[in-house]
Amino acid sequence: MSFFGFHYRLERKTIPFVLAIVGVASIGGIVEIAPLFTIHQTVEAAPDMRVYTPLELAGRNIYIREGCYACHSQMIRTLRDEVERYGPYSLAVESKYDHPHLWGSKRTGPDLARVGGKYSDEWHVAHLYNPRDVMPESVMPAYRWLKRNTLDTSTLSLDLKAMRAVGVPYSDDMIANATADAYGQASPDSAQADGVKSRYGEATNVRAFDGVQGEPTEMDALVAYLQILGKLTDVAHTPVKQASTEAGK
Amino acid sequence: MIAQLTRNERQTALLILLAVAIGGLAMAVGGRDNLLGIHGAIAMALAIVMMFVVIGGYYAPEPTEDRTASYYDDPTKVGIIIAMVWAVIGMAVGDWVAWLLVFPDMTFDAGWASFGRLRPIHTSGVIFGFGGNALIATSFYVMQRTSRARMPDQVTPWFVLLGYNLFCIIAATGYLMGVTQSREYAEPEWYADIWLVIVWVTYFVLYLRTLARRKEPHIYVANWYYLAFILVVAMLHIVNNLAVPISLTQAKSYSLFSGVQDAMTQWWYGHNAVAFFLTAGFLGMMYYYMPKRAGRPIYSYRLSIISFWGITFFYMWAGSHHLHYTALPHWVQTLGMTFSVMLLVPSWASAGNALMTLNGAWHKVRDDATLRFMMVAAVFYGLTTFEGSFMAIRPVNALSHYTDWTVGHVHAGALGWVAMITFGAIYASVPWLWKRESMWSPRLVEVHFWLALAGTIIYVFAMWNSGIIQGLMWRTYGEGGTLAYSFVDSLIAMRPYYIARAVGGLFFLLGAAIGLYNIWMTIRSAPEAAYDMTPDEPVVAGMPAMQPGE
Repeated sequence: MSFFGFHYRLERKTIPFVLAIVGVASIGGIVEIAPLFTIHQTVEAAPDMRVYTPLELAGRNIYIREGCYACHSQMIRTLRDEVERYGPYSLAVESKYDHPHLWGSKRTGPDLARVGGKYSDEWHVAHLYNPRDVMPESVMPAYRWLKRNTLDTSTLSLDLKAMRAVGVPYSDDMIANATADAYGQASPDSAQADGVKSRYGEATNVRAFDGVQGEPTEMDALVAYLQILGKLTDVAHTPVKQASTEAGK
Repeated sequence: MIAQLTRNERQTALLILLAVAIGGLAMAVGGRDNLLGIHGAIAMALAIVMMFVVIGGYYAPEPTEDRTASYYDDPTKVGIIIAMVWAVIGMAVGDWVAWLLVFPDMTFDAGWASFGRLRPIHTSGVIFGFGGNALIATSFYVMQRTSRARMPDQVTPWFVLLGYNLFCIIAATGYLMGVTQSREYAEPEWYADIWLVIVWVTYFVLYLRTLARRKEPHIYVANWYYLAFILVVAMLHIVNNLAVPISLTQAKSYSLFSGVQDAMTQWWYGHNAVAFFLTAGFLGMMYYYMPKRAGRPIYSYRLSIISFWGITFFYMWAGSHHLHYTALPHWVQTLGMTFSVMLLVPSWASAGNALMTLNGAWHKVRDDATLRFMMVAAVFYGLTTFEGSFMAIRPVNALSHYTDWTVGHVHAGALGWVAMITFGAIYASVPWLWKRESMWSPRLVEVHFWLALAGTIIYVFAMWNSGIIQGLMWRTYGEGGTLAYSFVDSLIAMRPYYIARAVGGLFFLLGAAIGLYNIWMTIRSAPEAAYDMTPDEPVVAGMPAMQPGE
């Protein structure tokens, strides 16, 4: 058989064999991944989409640091029971500014894609402090230290700058004021609070998330992040014609 | 160990270690205000310790020239021991986090002890620590013997093995401190990723240099798989880890991709880490150790070819089956599902080829726990690949995704296939490497086998049950047309299965610990065998690479 005859010769030559492996293994990725970056329908348009504030981004980084994604997904599938349990199914545009994505792969706990606004700040703080205080059957770890730890805001300008380098539209103004905005968002009575809404929009939550104003804690950041999940854009809630035809299967 | 190196090689080793120490020092100073500095200090400390080791043996007499008449196995020996140590660490952490889901308050009010930070130590510890070291160690052994050539030098394999373990240590300590990219099975940050690229390219070049010295006209099947493992893991690792660090002195980075493209890239990586790390590499292991131990040639050369290229081609399309019903475009999901189903053909060709190889040696499978490890591994490989293709079908995935069924599937593969073939290969090679007649205690190998098998079965059955119950509860509707169960209802239902899973894992862990003990005792105390060295030498012209029963 000629194929096996060909192979009999191929397996005597190292470099052609190596090139064959690279060639054969590359095709799948090229066909499936490359188009995602070029086909416009991959990500819907959402003109009202806003970026994460510095405090929310810091909270997101705590979510990553603590490995929350190992047990919580942020991706509601197009299945009836998921939509009824968690809300409208997730659209690609909603994670457009998520570097990296946190869709998750396992639900030891419930999906969090639309948890923003579902519970009060007090509930989140109590739940993170000790989940079994509010949900006796929970198996989630207690995260008491989030309340004790002051948030490190010193690198937030660098964080925003790196995010801009990978494509998130942060303005120079946002980058320059990142540390002050993080402080202001968690201290509504402070002078720094004024700039937050003008830079990130009127709908931005400016509150003492952990109940205490002043120097933000890690708890402030994480709760601020959780309260914005699913709220960066309304596109999934409004029956956008374009989105529904593209997602329509 | 150092005595085996020539004077030149000792100097090269010192220079490399000095470079690592200086690099570590630069990181420690530059990153002193964040966790990057701690990793720099760790790298520097380890390099300095190794420098003392090399200096301690620096004035030992040089090895004689006749060393080139034998294979260079010191890195393989060390690699096997390191692999077993990682196995015990990784599995112990895995079992601990399994118990955390039963008793969630065992976290000492400390970040490092919480589930989210410990879990990647388990996954990286077993995949990269145990699996990776076993692959590197056995690949050194196999590539020399199937090429009938000694490795070209003696520093490179040490650089690969120890450099790789530096990566593993940076990874594991980073998770404890909260340094992670959150990319599943690729959590280490940018500087660890760059270091791994350097190590990995060196590994690839070492493989090619050894193959270039081969006295066999053909490259043996096992090497095809090891080569595919090295090459494709490099491709996956580089693309998946593209990121922009916030500063060269900070540990934190942001992934180049976002949202849907990032999810696809991550699962293209994730699924092919399964394919080329946990499948191709270990198939390479199987294609060498199983026929050797059984004393039978591979059943079919043509089946090997078909399954090799089938796996190399089909697997790369399958990653999108992790994203069914998500915001990933439908056509990509469909392609992933289609190729996942087709993947069953080369997978079963491999598993069948392995099991048919045992024809004529089934009495050995009955009597020899080492060969039985390999046989059971091939069976689990067949079962798991069937289950994987099945779960990739969209409606099945609607039920199984996000549940413990996935965890059960992964462990059927990881415990049943990857760990079992590795234990088989290690039990086969330890007596060969240390020139012993057999393991210190064949009976303990037998005990390990039954603990491992029982542990795997308990684990997998527990997770099948919990996963399917979970999936069904989430989608059950009551009389009034509303969802019948809250999320917490499903969580309560999981508890007995979480206990069973942790018990199964404990069995498996005990087996691995017994294995490590047995290997240690074999090295320390078993009598020197009147070991026939003659066939196990390089440069024997005209002899086929595979000598069954040699």
